[in-house]
Amino acid sequence: MTTSAFLTDSTLCIGCKACEVACKEWNGVSSDGFDWSGLSYDNTFSLGARTWRHVKFVEGIPEVGKGGNDPGGSPWNFSSDVCKHCEVAGCLEACPTGALVRTEFNSVFLQPDVCNGCAYCVVSCPFGVLERDVEDGRAFKCTFCYDRQKAGLTPACAKVCPTQSIQFGELDDLRVRAQKRVEELRERGVEDAVIYDPQHTSVKGTHAVFIVRGDPKMYNLPPNPEVPTESLRTGWTSAAIAAGFMLAGTLVAFLGAGAKRL
Amino acid sequence: MSELSRVQPEVVPELEKEQRLSLIQCEALQFVPASASSFPVATTKTGYYELPMVKEPSWSWEVPLYFFIGGAAGSAGVIGAVARLTGDRSGLVSHARKIAFAGAVLSPALLISDLGRPARFLAMLRVFKPQSPMSVGVWVLMAFSGGATLSNAGEWLEDRSPYSRLTGLMQNLGDIASLLFGLPLVTYTGVLIGATVIPAWKRNMALLPAHFAASGMAACVGLLELMGHENPALQALGVGSALVETGMGASIELNPDPAMKPLKHGPSGWLTRLGGALSGPVPLVLRACSFFASRKRASMLRKYAAVSSVVGSAITRVAWVHAGHISARESRPT
Repeated sequence: MTTSAFLTDSTLCIGCKACEVACKEWNGVSSDGFDWSGLSYDNTFSLGARTWRHVKFVEGIPEVGKGGNDPGGSPWNFSSDVCKHCEVAGCLEACPTGALVRTEFNSVFLQPDVCNGCAYCVVSCPFGVLERDVEDGRAFKCTFCYDRQKAGLTPACAKVCPTQSIQFGELDDLRVRAQKRVEELRERGVEDAVIYDPQHTSVKGTHAVFIVRGDPKMYNLPPNPEVPTESLRTGWTSAAIAAGFMLAGTLVAFLGAGAKRL
Repeated sequence: MSELSRVQPEVVPELEKEQRLSLIQCEALQFVPASASSFPVATTKTGYYELPMVKEPSWSWEVPLYFFIGGAAGSAGVIGAVARLTGDRSGLVSHARKIAFAGAVLSPALLISDLGRPARFLAMLRVFKPQSPMSVGVWVLMAFSGGATLSNAGEWLEDRSPYSRLTGLMQNLGDIASLLFGLPLVTYTGVLIGATVIPAWKRNMALLPAHFAASGMAACVGLLELMGHENPALQALGVGSALVETGMGASIELNPDPAMKPLKHGPSGWLTRLGGALSGPVPLVLRACSFFASRKRASMLRKYAAVSSVVGSAITRVAWVHAGHISARESRPT
């Protein structure tokens, strides 16, 4: 089984949003509104039911008298975000219908004909990717262009990216490529380039790896994403103890009351 | 005087025109973000423009109501079965079964209403996934509903059918199922919201199932008391659950974890406190007073405690869901 992956190299992103457009067009995703966010050039806010690729515009705090091209001036970074297709996916574990499945490309696919809109995946994704569509009632997310991959094609976003900021390939290859690229960037003086690939957390790595400049937190990429199933043992233990006390308490209460009557 | 000022007509202030300009300003002001003075920025501390890290729960009002009803019904299953087992003949068993049955009917109805249409509920019955509390819960609810229906049907048929052994068996099986699945029905909702990425819920995973168990018990005891039962066992259970709820409230108040903020501050915090007070200290004091009051007064005080517990239990579930929304809105990458 091959593991398909995205490597999103933010140092190459020009913020053109062609990925957003291509994704919407290929997958027939509805409009996500025409809102002016006031947050740099980002007007789609975050990933959601109708935004499966989302270009982030991380704008530094401007300094008076320093233009964008001045060395040491305020940085302006772009990064195209997408569903991480986690190795251990919170949404996949949480889904009670089996609508979310692991595909032959090791991606996480949501089958819309099975999804019942229970929205449990929405609160199980540590990256805030899934969302319940307000009109449809079901949850939606990036399909990793499962249909295109089945036909041997590159996902729409990667195909249209004009700068190869979005690269598609085999996960292990892309991890090597990311390492090389960051080393190369550092040699060229881009000291703050880092790889975002949380392999040592409970999600055990993502199938969407990112190269970003600066702290990934500025891009809402959490350093410690947690899969909710991690806490199930605590939860069920507490539930079992509570149930035990409930039963014992009720038995004692009724036996005591019965004894009083006699 | 220059040439310019002579050609310009002098403006006479007109109240109507000035008011119109103020009106335009008022209309334009609604497009100014609330934090216009400190426009959000993308930093390590604020995350990406202070946008939430995780998504808000998108359940409708039916879900917290289901948590409440399911909790009360599950407890009724347990109380009814235990009361029958210990030989209660006061009609409490029958009333407890009816509460369980009402919950068994209302719960799937509420969930279907949240999902939108009935066929969507069935999608959950095509698989069983032990790693998904939602899947475990829906099967527990189905088994409980079956049990509650069976014992009620057995009871109804008892006087109408000649097959007393069959109706007896139906009641036995139904009560056993109500007991076995009532216990997880009350507690699983705590696991359900605890096993998420919502900080205020996730951090309370150990507390939530026990909290919801006590809350469900208190609601069921209250309902039975309001139906006219004055069994001392109910009083004991009422005192017990009010004690546990008082402890839960104190532990929420004293927990210094920043993730607890939505449970202590703002409207969601006050809602949590209101629910906590009505489930814990208020019924506890009322029940304590009832021990020293005259028979008539004691019965009155117990009724007040019952109302307080039922309302408190419902508010508690709404408050937790509401706090989850606030917690998600305030979540940042960690």
